Amino acid sequence: MRVRFTWFDSIIVVFISLISLLVILPFLYIIAVSFSPAAESMSGTFYIWPKSWTLDAYSYLLHANSFMGSIKNSLIITIMGTCISLFVSITLAYAISKKYLPGRRVMLLLIFFTMIFHGGLIPNYLVVKNLGLIDSYWAVVLPAASSAFNILVIRSFFQSLPESLDEAARIDGAGEFRILFSIVLPLSKPIIATFTLFFTVQFWNDFFSSVIYINDTSRWPIQPLLRQMVAIGSSNISAEASVDASLAANLGPNVQNAAILLAMLPIIIVYPFLQKYFAKGAMLGSIKE
Amino acid sequence: MQTAMSSNRFLKYWPFYVLAAPGLIYFLLFNYLPMSGLSLAFKDYSPFKGILESPWVGFDNFRQFFGTSDFYMLLKNTLLLSLLNMVIYFPFTIILSLLINEVRLNVFKRFSQTIVYLPHFLSWVVIYGITISFFGPSGVINHYLEQWFGTSASFLVSNEWFRPLVIFQAIWKDAGWGTIIFLAALAGVNPEIYEAAKVDGANRLQNIWHITLPAIKSTIVILLLLRLGSSLDSNFMQIFLMTNSLNLDVSNVFDLYVYRVGLEQFNYSFAITVGMFKSIVSLILVVGANYAARLLGEDGIF
Repeated sequence: MRVRFTWFDSIIVVFISLISLLVILPFLYIIAVSFSPAAESMSGTFYIWPKSWTLDAYSYLLHANSFMGSIKNSLIITIMGTCISLFVSITLAYAISKKYLPGRRVMLLLIFFTMIFHGGLIPNYLVVKNLGLIDSYWAVVLPAASSAFNILVIRSFFQSLPESLDEAARIDGAGEFRILFSIVLPLSKPIIATFTLFFTVQFWNDFFSSVIYINDTSRWPIQPLLRQMVAIGSSNISAEASVDASLAANLGPNVQNAAILLAMLPIIIVYPFLQKYFAKGAMLGSIKE
Repeated sequence: MQTAMSSNRFLKYWPFYVLAAPGLIYFLLFNYLPMSGLSLAFKDYSPFKGILESPWVGFDNFRQFFGTSDFYMLLKNTLLLSLLNMVIYFPFTIILSLLINEVRLNVFKRFSQTIVYLPHFLSWVVIYGITISFFGPSGVINHYLEQWFGTSASFLVSNEWFRPLVIFQAIWKDAGWGTIIFLAALAGVNPEIYEAAKVDGANRLQNIWHITLPAIKSTIVILLLLRLGSSLDSNFMQIFLMTNSLNLDVSNVFDLYVYRVGLEQFNYSFAITVGMFKSIVSLILVVGANYAARLLGEDGIF
């Protein structure tokens, strides 16, 4: 049956197109400015096609040590964080997905309680400080290694796998670790992919924990550095602005927007992969036992 | 006999405990150990004496906190932002979901969804950077304000513009993502209901009102209650980036205050007191919201 296209449909298409345009235009503007010569980028006019294209801003950033250093720090933190988060979350979620495991309810309660009550910013800071993690990548990675929500979502995935699967493997003489690694994990690709991407995004985007836990700015990842780069000139931060002097000297809108673009580049790159999975992953979270 | 048996029961499953251990250690170390730091709310912490040796002061910190005018300012700013979120951002998400749900061209639907989900994955710093490009002193909007009207507005450093900007940012970043859960609920609606309504002569708007909206009613109620439960939480990262000395009158919320008092002025005890007040009230609100959900015949959050 052919669906008739009514005035109602056209209004909706127009509305949604407008909203999509509102989302996409800032991106196009950022891209255009970042490829413009410094003089044009200062104009403040809105355009999505530069009068002349140049890679000035990018080559400038590629040669700025503090900027490239922060990219490197971000990569290290993201890779470390993603691996550790996956490991910690999957193993715990797998254990508590076993309904026959003694002590499972206690563990569940322990995990669940953290969703509704927590020590808060300062007690967390004091713990990280007393563990001697200040100024190391671990300070950013470890406190964010997992969360109750992640564990509960992954657990509900494991519970959806048929139980007869590991019974059969057990009869064939496989140990529990063997079952997990050679049977369960290969079947769990969708959930692993979802969370790999979520964790990657989470650690790449991390801003605040590096601000509070990392005083040595040479160890800063990209987000806090980006904040200082864009805030200069907007009078939002002045006294505390401690961006590397050579970097600050040349900070036109083209360089600022190129930095914004580079800081979101990994997200844009993983987004198509992410998109394939996240709808499923997000829905898993909303399904309860 | 009994203990032998039960220890046997645990031994039998040892591989699972080995697997659970790293995760449990994480929760103990980074979620439960900090709770012990809450004791500092009842002490006058001095870094020279250490946590254990600092003297107990009972509820002095709390009395001091509730006695300041800061308390009312923080409460007002925090609640107002939550309220604005609830009456602007939240309905916007629902309307967007309904609109997307009505799109009948599947290609266009998927394309627009891809676009509106994207900002959710950007960091707040990137959003802040884009905001400055548009609303900053030499940003696009001021450029045109000057050209067309001969005036400019200090969006980022004024009290009036702080709340509208923050709400706008939240909508731009997350409204698209917020539709996922409603669209999931709508995907479960039996299409035969629409067919039946059509036979009865219902038009599209009547369909939305009588079928689509009721289908997501329970999702709306739960999300609304969740929001009520977290009324005292502000989107800290966003506020932290958008705040400055010139809009502090409206931007100072509990979370920001804790940061400023604790990590900028090193007044740990007082900051922990404020944070603890927030945590406890939030706990009560969440449990209360859940209870309310059950009273309304919904499943509740837990």
